[in-house]
Amino acid sequence: MKPGSRAVEIVFWLLPLAAFFLLPGYLVLGSQILIVSLFAMSLDLLLGYAGIVSLGHAAFFGLGAYTAGLLAAHGWGEPLTGLVAAAASAAIFGFVVSFLVVRGEDLARLMVTLGVGLLMFEAANRAAFITGGVDGLSGVTMWKLFGVFPFDLSGRTAFLYAYAVLLAAFLLLRRVVNSPFGLSLRGVRENRRRMAAIGSPVNRRLVAIFTLGAGVAGIAGALLAQTTQFVGLDTLGFERSADLLIMLVLGGTGRLYGAVVGTLVFMVAQDYLSGINPVYWQFWLGMLLVLFVFFARGGILGAAEALWKRR
Amino acid sequence: MEATVNTALRTEGLSKHFGELAAVNGVSLSLARGARHALIGPNGAGKTTLINLLTGVLEPTAGEMYLGDERITPLPQHRRVKRGITRTYQINTLFPNLTVLESVTLAILERKGFAARWMKAVSSHREELEEARALLATLKLDGDADKRTAQLPYGHQRLVEIALALATRPSILLLDEPAAGIPARESVEVLGVIAALPADVTILFIEHDMGLVFRFAERITVLVGGRLLTEGTPDEIAHDPEVKAVYLGKESRA
Repeated sequence: MKPGSRAVEIVFWLLPLAAFFLLPGYLVLGSQILIVSLFAMSLDLLLGYAGIVSLGHAAFFGLGAYTAGLLAAHGWGEPLTGLVAAAASAAIFGFVVSFLVVRGEDLARLMVTLGVGLLMFEAANRAAFITGGVDGLSGVTMWKLFGVFPFDLSGRTAFLYAYAVLLAAFLLLRRVVNSPFGLSLRGVRENRRRMAAIGSPVNRRLVAIFTLGAGVAGIAGALLAQTTQFVGLDTLGFERSADLLIMLVLGGTGRLYGAVVGTLVFMVAQDYLSGINPVYWQFWLGMLLVLFVFFARGGILGAAEALWKRR
Repeated sequence: MEATVNTALRTEGLSKHFGELAAVNGVSLSLARGARHALIGPNGAGKTTLINLLTGVLEPTAGEMYLGDERITPLPQHRRVKRGITRTYQINTLFPNLTVLESVTLAILERKGFAARWMKAVSSHREELEEARALLATLKLDGDADKRTAQLPYGHQRLVEIALALATRPSILLLDEPAAGIPARESVEVLGVIAALPADVTILFIEHDMGLVFRFAERITVLVGGRLLTEGTPDEIAHDPEVKAVYLGKESRA
């Protein structure tokens, strides 16, 4: 770790708290950004570390959202156990799907993840008697967090809850990516053939990280369900998977922080620009993406790092 | 046939067909424990395919492979590495965006079975990092430890290729043209490092430079058109009229 980066990190994680006090009008948007940041981080585990491209990561986000949502709608509104249940169901599903994903190459993986995402969407759509279908799942009633803090309209509990979960997940995931396991994932990303040649059971590693990535996505989905007390079909939608990929690439893959920065820039820009003109928003987003791919492959953080080194 | 006790690795009627082409055709080969064994033959003789079969990269169409007495034919590559069979690649097959130290440390962590651990940072695995630095020093790569592999000059990358193989502590090392593409003086050094490995390490190497082959090999196997043409000491091979006709006469590059 570079000198001084510890201080930068601490400041970075204090910013959301500053926003909490200074921008009380933006708590709902803020919560969404924190939640989607966690979701993007879960994709970074797959894409940035293990090199697994996915266009269907929303399948796990949505599964987590419905798990937590259904629990709360049927009488169990305790938030933390809801998160655990969502993480478990998404991880189990991710574990199963991983066997379809690990063997293929990039294109096959894109197609499989895309297919799984579409299947989940359609399944939730058809199972309207459980999920509420296109109307969404309503009747999600959350209990107070720790029995003390209500999820009220002010969004204060929601914001701090999402913030705490994101921070905890980040600290855990950073440990994972800096570990030998994390290094072995980067090895797989860099050269799968060589990994086998140094004795690494590559598929087992990929199954492990895909399962973890799915579980974390499930937590993010559960956070959204719990804090908005609603689950819509869009939690499983293709657009959610595609936007997520854009946010992560925009922020920079393979560094966890890229997930947060990319999400923040994307969602703030979306909120601001689409307020002016929704068509314009898509236009500028497309332009930005093309520019980034050509001039800053590492995304925002990659470009920042290059500038920093050039000084 | 030699007694199995002294045989490190053995194949029986090993074949690999790609459609109509028999890239390797009924090869029965045995490597004596601790041998410095060269595999030669013209381009397209099936040398690399044979190494791919021995390491489990490819599945054979027919035939068997034995490590000592154990049949290893169905084992995937990573399990063979765990049993001591390691290879290098003719074309650099490295981790471009990992540093050299990270790459070698990763290989050491894999060997020790630590590479799935996630509680402790790599930087806290001091023993493995030290071992990696020591290994890099023996290959005179210590100055490159913290560079990204992709930033290294080609010759050094060839050495990283060997460092990664050595980090697995192989008992059988299969080298696919280890000195390919590096200047003659350096290639002698590379082969020198390999020759200096512990005497009980069995080495099979593919090499086109006959000077190097005759300098380092104790035994030579000649492969032509996927078949084992002959096998013998360097002296026997050098004076074998069939080898001269098929290979050395036509394609002497030394």
